[in-house]
Formats: sequence, C-alpha cells, structure tokens
Amino acid sequence: MSDQDKLSPSLAAEVLAEFEKDWRKDLRRAVPVKERMKIGRSPMPQRGPGERNRDFLEVNLGLAAAEAVAEARRCLDCAKPGCIAGCPVRIDIPTFIKLVEKGDFAAAAAKVREANSLPAVCGRVCPQESQCEERCHLKKASGVAVAIGNLERFVSDYELREGGGAPPRLPPPSGHKVAVVGAGPAGLTVAGELARGGHRVTVFEALHEAGGVLVYGIPEFRLPKSILVAEVAYLKRLGVEFRMNFIVGKTATVDDLRAEGYEVFFIGTGAGLPNFMKVPGENLIGVYSANEYLTRVNLMRAYDFPRYDTPVFPGRRAAVIGGGNVAMDSVRTAKRLGAEEALIIYRRSRTEMPARVEEVHHAEEEGIEFHFLTVPTRYIGDEHGRVRAMECLRMELGEPDSSGRRRPVPVPGSEFVTEVDLVVVAIGQSPNPLIPQTTPGLSVGKWGTIDIDWGTMATSLPGVYSGGDIVRGGATVILAMGDARTAAAAMDRRLKEGGPA
Amino acid sequence: MPRVIRRERLVPNIHLLEVEAPEIARKCRAGQFVIVMPDARGERIPLTIADWDRERGTVTSVFMPVGTTTRKLALLRSGDSVPIFAGPLGLPSEIGTVGTVLCAGGCFGIAAIHPLARAFKEAGNRVVVLVDVKADYLLYWRDKIEPHADELIVSSRDGLYGRTDFVPRHVREIVGREKIDRVVAVGCTYFMSSIAEATRPAGIKTMVSLNPIMVDGTGMCGACRVTVDGRTKFACVDGPDFDAHLVDWVELYARRKSYFDDEVRSLCAWEEERFP
Repeated sequence: MSDQDKLSPSLAAEVLAEFEKDWRKDLRRAVPVKERMKIGRSPMPQRGPGERNRDFLEVNLGLAAAEAVAEARRCLDCAKPGCIAGCPVRIDIPTFIKLVEKGDFAAAAAKVREANSLPAVCGRVCPQESQCEERCHLKKASGVAVAIGNLERFVSDYELREGGGAPPRLPPPSGHKVAVVGAGPAGLTVAGELARGGHRVTVFEALHEAGGVLVYGIPEFRLPKSILVAEVAYLKRLGVEFRMNFIVGKTATVDDLRAEGYEVFFIGTGAGLPNFMKVPGENLIGVYSANEYLTRVNLMRAYDFPRYDTPVFPGRRAAVIGGGNVAMDSVRTAKRLGAEEALIIYRRSRTEMPARVEEVHHAEEEGIEFHFLTVPTRYIGDEHGRVRAMECLRMELGEPDSSGRRRPVPVPGSEFVTEVDLVVVAIGQSPNPLIPQTTPGLSVGKWGTIDIDWGTMATSLPGVYSGGDIVRGGATVILAMGDARTAAAAMDRRLKEGGPA
Repeated sequence: MPRVIRRERLVPNIHLLEVEAPEIARKCRAGQFVIVMPDARGERIPLTIADWDRERGTVTSVFMPVGTTTRKLALLRSGDSVPIFAGPLGLPSEIGTVGTVLCAGGCFGIAAIHPLARAFKEAGNRVVVLVDVKADYLLYWRDKIEPHADELIVSSRDGLYGRTDFVPRHVREIVGREKIDRVVAVGCTYFMSSIAEATRPAGIKTMVSLNPIMVDGTGMCGACRVTVDGRTKFACVDGPDFDAHLVDWVELYARRKSYFDDEVRSLCAWEEERFP
C-alpha cells in the first residue's frame, strides 16, 4: 500500500549528516566490523513460563544497561542501512543505536521520540522481525539481526524511569484547532506530532481510558498499562487535551465540531466491529468475540473480579479461534484466568499464522495447545444455553489465495466434536461504522474502510484525514502510526498554508 | 467528570438520576441510551434516557437497583460525579405519524415510555399509554406522562386503579376495542415478550427496546448480540429497538442471565466491603 521503500530526500540527508559526525566515525573505528560480528545477540530476560502463566505481570523484563550496550555494539553502522526503510515511522535507527553504544541513553531515547510518539509501546508490540530487523544487513551477513525492538524498548524504558523525558521546546502557538477522533495508536501519534507543531490538539475518545486497542486489547502481561499512562502523560505535557467518553458521531458529529472551530480532523477510530463466523450456536453463553473478552479483562480489569465489578468466564477448557496476535493474547489470557486447557484453533498451518513469532513462542512455552488446519462448524449448548462443546472440521492446504497464503480446503467427513466451555472468536475486526454513518460526504470503500489518498491520508472531505485500521481494515499498531505520521505532516502543511478548512 | 444534579427515590426500589451532560442533552432523542459507570472499579451499564433538558444541559434516567452497579448508583447524591456518562447511544426510536400508538411501560420502563409518548404525540398520533405496576404505590410519573396521552391506563395488581388484570390481557382488550397501528413497549424482558405475544395474533407492528448486557455500547464488543429474524444484531448500534415479533426471546432471556452467579458474588463482595 503506502510502503515506499525509499527515504524522503530530507530524511536521507539528516541520516547521512548524523552518520558523518565525528563521534560516529570514532565509534566505528573503535571496534572493527569483524569483532562486532562475533558478538552474540543479548537474549531478552523473561519470567519463566510456569510462573508467568498464572498472573498478568509482564513476561519480558527488558535488557539491562550492559546488555543493551553489548547489543548496540553488534550494529555495524552501515553506510546504507536497510532498517530505516523497514520502519513505518522511519526512526533513524543506526543513530539511536550508536547513542546507546556510546552510553548516552537519554539522547538515544530523544532520537527515537523524534519519529515515534509511543516508543515504549512499539518496543514491545511491533512485529520487528518482519520490519526493521528483516532489513538489517547483519541478518543477511550472520543470520541474526540486531535486536532493534529490544533496544527501542530499553531506551524508552530508561527515559520513563528518569521521569518521562523533557518535552521538546514548542514553537509559539499557531492558533489552529485540531480534532483527533480516537485515542488509539494512530490518534495519539497525530496528537503528538501536531502538538509539537504548536497546534491546539483535542483528542476525543469514546472509552474512559486513552490508548484504544493498546488499552482494551493488548494485555497487561505484554504491555503494562503504566507504560501507556506514561506515554499519554507525555502528550498531556505537550499540551494535548483529552475529552474522554465522547463518541464522535453520537455525542457530536464531525460537522458539529467544525462549527466549534476545529479546522482539521484526524479519524482514527479503528477496527471496532468484531467479525463472527456466522456458524450455529455462536450466540451461546460462553462464546465471546475477542474484543469483548479482552475488553472485559484489560479495560474493565475482570482479572481482578470481584474487586472490580465486571465479570468474565474463567473456562476450564478454552478454545480460541484464529491465528493472529489477538488470538495469542486471548488464549494466553484464558490460561492466566485458570483454564486447565487453552487451545488455539486455526484453519491454516503454522507457517501461515499472522501472529508475531515471539508471541507464538511464548504461548507454546506457557502450555497453549495448537490445533492447526481445524475450523469450528457449530457450537453445542447445554439446557441453560451455555456452550459445552464444538464441532470442528479438518482442513488441508490448497492453492494460494489472493493473500499469497495457501487456502484451507475442508476435508470431507472429518467432523469431530470436542468439549469446550469457553470460546473466543478472534478472526478479525471490521471498521467501526459510527463515523462513516454520521459524516455526510465521507467516501467509504467496499469493506467499510474510509477511502484516502495514500500520499497524504486525506479523505474525500476537505480537512479530514484518516489512518490506521479504519482505512486498512485490520493491521498493526506501527502501520497505524506510520499512517498517522503521514497524515500529521499533511495536516500541518494544510494549517500552515491556510488552506480552506 | 459528569456531575450528578439529582438522585432521588421515586417509589420503593426505583430511582431517578439526573446528570449534567450538555452535549448529550443537546443531541439525544427518544429511545436512545447512555452508558454509565458508577465509580472507578465499576461496570459499564446501559440506561435508557427518560428525559432531558436541553437548556440546563441535563439528562435523566430511571433505574431499579438490582446488582452492584445499580446499587452504587442508588447511593449517589447531588454534587457527586460519575466517571462515565456517555452517549447518546443506539438509534433513536422510529417515530412516525401512523395513527394510534399504544405505548406500554412497565416498572423502570414507565420512565422510558415518557419521551416516546411525547414524541408520538408531537408527531400527531393518538397516543394510548398503558403503564404497569405491581401495586398502586409503585406508580410514578403519572403527572409527567398524562399531558402526552390521549388516554392513560394503569394496570396494577391491587385494583386501586380499576382492574387487576395482567398487561397482556389489557393489551388484547385495547387492541380488540380500537384499531391500534403501532405498539411500543419498554420494561423487563418478561414484560416486553408477553406484549409481543399479545399483539402477535393481530399482527400489529410492535417495537421493543431490548436490554441485553453491554460493555462498550458502541458496537466494539458484541456482548449485546441478539437474534432478530434469524440474524445476529448488536443491540447497541443496530437497536436497541427491534420488531418484537422477530426477536429470539429465549436466547435473550438466557444471555441476560449469563453472569447470574457472578452478579451475586459481586454484590456480596461489595456489601462486605462497604457495610462491614
């Protein structure tokens, strides 16, 4: 889609200027490339599977300073690095890594923050192995990429520990009012970028906590809420205002907000409409959408019921349908809530699973059972309408489909019934229709996604921009943030050029 | 945080909550609801909007304390604040000029019938209001509803207001007596399903405001799935109003009771914490 492989000329020039600084040259000379290539990757310290699968504390503990410096030393500081183009928000990766090697962690964190408004989040949830680390020249040379994600997490955690980072000096107020709809990864990124540009930014959020999928979807054991709270606090220090429990489209429409003086808009309302398979029995008690299951546990703290009032079914034998990150989060949550058996039911095979490699690995360590090439065909309830079993069908892989993955084909006569008392359907989400329904003139595609111009993220309405899952239909945090950066740049240009609001 | 203007007991175990919410007051229409959370550790629940004052910027709901959340709400005082009072959610009720409309409200639903009767009256319909209470002392808002009703019938078990019949019999009688073009009913699940059965034989279009369990209320979670005409709908965004004759009532009853045991546990834990 918007995946331009080349860096913009201005960014390429900045990266080159950093590369040619004297301290970088000295650092390159200090350790020869051959020596650097001999250093092994610093493993991420983590809590043991038998301990962590019973609580919601974070699995990964983060690198220690010495480990981080050693890892940074592995980076060859390539003259033509591949990693930056692999990053949707274009962090100057070699520069921040070399600052780590030098021991200037605060400067490294500031460098990351120039391009990334949520570095502590991305250091934890980005699929680095298919982005920056995929393009790392060290990976091509020795097989093991520099642990860029772990280093990003290290510097941003360092910054948070040291008090959250000093906000950059802001330009004088521009006098322009910006409305951001949705406090998810895309919305928070736009807010940060435009606040740094001196604009008055208000974020409107339907739920009672900021973060979107980062707060209702991604569990505490993968992304502690304290991290998100700190990132949001940073935005507030930049002057961003948050209006919580405000459902744009319902509490006020985009047109209402325009009448209140907001000049440009960013719509980042995400993929907030869960998909179901439309098989019989899906409305039995104990069958959840992943959105509901995770929202109850994460946003509403059902893991601490009855201290918190929202309940969730614990399940004894839990089945999670799907093979993505949301499925992994759900199944590991079920295990932590006490399920004796927690199963992944996925219709394709292991190689087609869209989840991050690390999550699959963690899930396996925690005792999750994987059932590949299997699809549920109906759910069977007891006399109280509660799910007690599901019927499944075996699949085999056929020809590749439009996504390039081999299509699963049912094996006739392979139906079998297995007992389950909790089912979580994690087969994806559709765009939330609230804004498209209430914003006349906003052009929407076949799947309910908002139509945009990929160069600027502008929608069909003047002054209205969009990005993230509401235009992609279901992607990753970092792609949403990449869209947000593109949109923020275009919005800033529009405000400065004084285009029609 | 939204400020509580007024919280008062209307009749035993039915309370009114008026909250300062200028944006919602400006936008809301009959049939919509708000999501309310009583405190930081609370649960999000939907409450139907029963009245609003666009000038003062306030929104009023009426509820019956049954579980932890509603009991917490029943202890609020004016000047308190609630962390969440969000809306207006759901689609507004379809108000048309259809002829004669029978508005039936039971228990906490009597309040929700008030804006519907008002809207149907304003749209030029003849409005018959039927309110159902277990006993005469549980009747409230008669004075608020009466101005919007061409006829107001009170159904009560103790006979103070006339007959002691149950609601379905009243409905059948009204339907037999005059031509009713539309029925709207708000109350507990039993109340609404029994009215659905009363109007089914005559095939009178009957709309009910469903009350499944919700979490976010914006279509994000799907907790409020209901089956209508064989298809799954989300009550929060596709409703809450649906054609009563097409609703799968058995499923709705079951799903509403999903957390019965947990609700008891929650209430016991809260009582122990609050009243040791």
